[in-house]
Amino acid sequence: MGLLGPVMIIVWKDVLLELRSRDLIISVVVFGLLVVVVFNFALNNTPGRSEELAPGILWAAFAFAAVLAMNRAFVRDQEQGGLEGLLISPVSRDAIFLGKALTSLIFMLLVEAALLPVYAVMLDFSALSWTLLLTIFLGTLGFAVVGTLFSAMAVQTRSREIMLPVLFFPVLLPVIIAAVEASTRAVGGETFIGLGRWLPLIGVFDALFLVICPWVFAFVVEE
Amino acid sequence: MWDLDLTVAWGQTLVIFGANGAGKTTLLRILSTHVRADHGSVAVAGHSLRTRPEEVRRRIGVVGHRSLLYDDLTCRENLIYYSRLFGLKDHKPRVDEVLEKVKLTSRADHRVRTLSNGMQKRAAIARAILHEPDVLLLDEPEAGLDRESVSILGTLLAEWTDSGRSVIMTTHDLDLGMTWGHRAGVLRGGKVVFPGSNTQADGNTLENSDIRQAVADALEAGR
Repeated sequence: MGLLGPVMIIVWKDVLLELRSRDLIISVVVFGLLVVVVFNFALNNTPGRSEELAPGILWAAFAFAAVLAMNRAFVRDQEQGGLEGLLISPVSRDAIFLGKALTSLIFMLLVEAALLPVYAVMLDFSALSWTLLLTIFLGTLGFAVVGTLFSAMAVQTRSREIMLPVLFFPVLLPVIIAAVEASTRAVGGETFIGLGRWLPLIGVFDALFLVICPWVFAFVVEE
Repeated sequence: MWDLDLTVAWGQTLVIFGANGAGKTTLLRILSTHVRADHGSVAVAGHSLRTRPEEVRRRIGVVGHRSLLYDDLTCRENLIYYSRLFGLKDHKPRVDEVLEKVKLTSRADHRVRTLSNGMQKRAAIARAILHEPDVLLLDEPEAGLDRESVSILGTLLAEWTDSGRSVIMTTHDLDLGMTWGHRAGVLRGGKVVFPGSNTQADGNTLENSDIRQAVADALEAGR
């Protein structure tokens, strides 16, 4: 069996479960909205300052929302035995990891797609910039890949809700910084070239995570 | 467990008895590739667990204490999911067939969470036999089953071994184990002992009352 087939089966199952329960995406969207409202007032965002503040608020909201979403990535599988079912199937650990990471990426992008227009209005910036959308995609890819690995680690601990952010934020700090810098330039109307080294930096981190995380995942889920 | 030397022939049901904590579940978790043995070698159908775990997983079916089914999916959806994980080409007729075998056709489209524990166990048995594995690993399969379900399982296991495939099961039920098994081992002191004269795979010899008594004595001595 190849890699793509099992990956898509895992995605199909997770999407079907989410459609049935609807307990993840809606709560993360609501949480994301609350974060941006709180930051908007806490940082005293005014029309003149929004170009400066909006990218930081945007990525703070995305990062917190990602932690909330990632905390749930393996909970259902762990509680109902689905992870064990996957581990005793002939599907490779790489496929399991990539399936879960792709599901997380899809869920996060859906959440961001719901939040972005609201943010654009509240924070006064143009969401319809390809450079901004590309930055969001690459940053979210990093969140999904690293978050999936750490979620698999955290779900096996008693204090999983605390464990995930403690692991997640330090490792993703370079991605968050690069994403904020690239978004600041994108919101300022810069073209792809104008984003400088920040976008390639996120790409390099994503590529590194995509190589390292599936490999580490096999050890994490092995008893 | 240590110094454990065990071979199960094709067409044979090996029943393993043992006190709580003797290591019955651990043994099955090693055989199902879920737990890695620190030392020694284990092979299923000639494939080493260490070097070809995915090939081993393709050839085993596992029924443990948990159903490994998702509560919010129906029985049929769970089985379609697992049949796709195991790469079954024409899965729909096979899913219908196994649902019929465990007498769950009328509940096929009910969510797993709405089924009784016994029905969930039967659905778990359907999941385990879905891909027609060479070896079935059953951890106290009778637990939670009513008399009718135990009878369904007994018939299924007889068909299984008659077709030349093997079963390894653990149980606390001496009567049931002696009825279903071709050989009976007792796990104690980290190794499996074969009381009486049931060391050869020469048909169902466990009806012999001397063997039954020897198994009961060995089990009592291990407590």
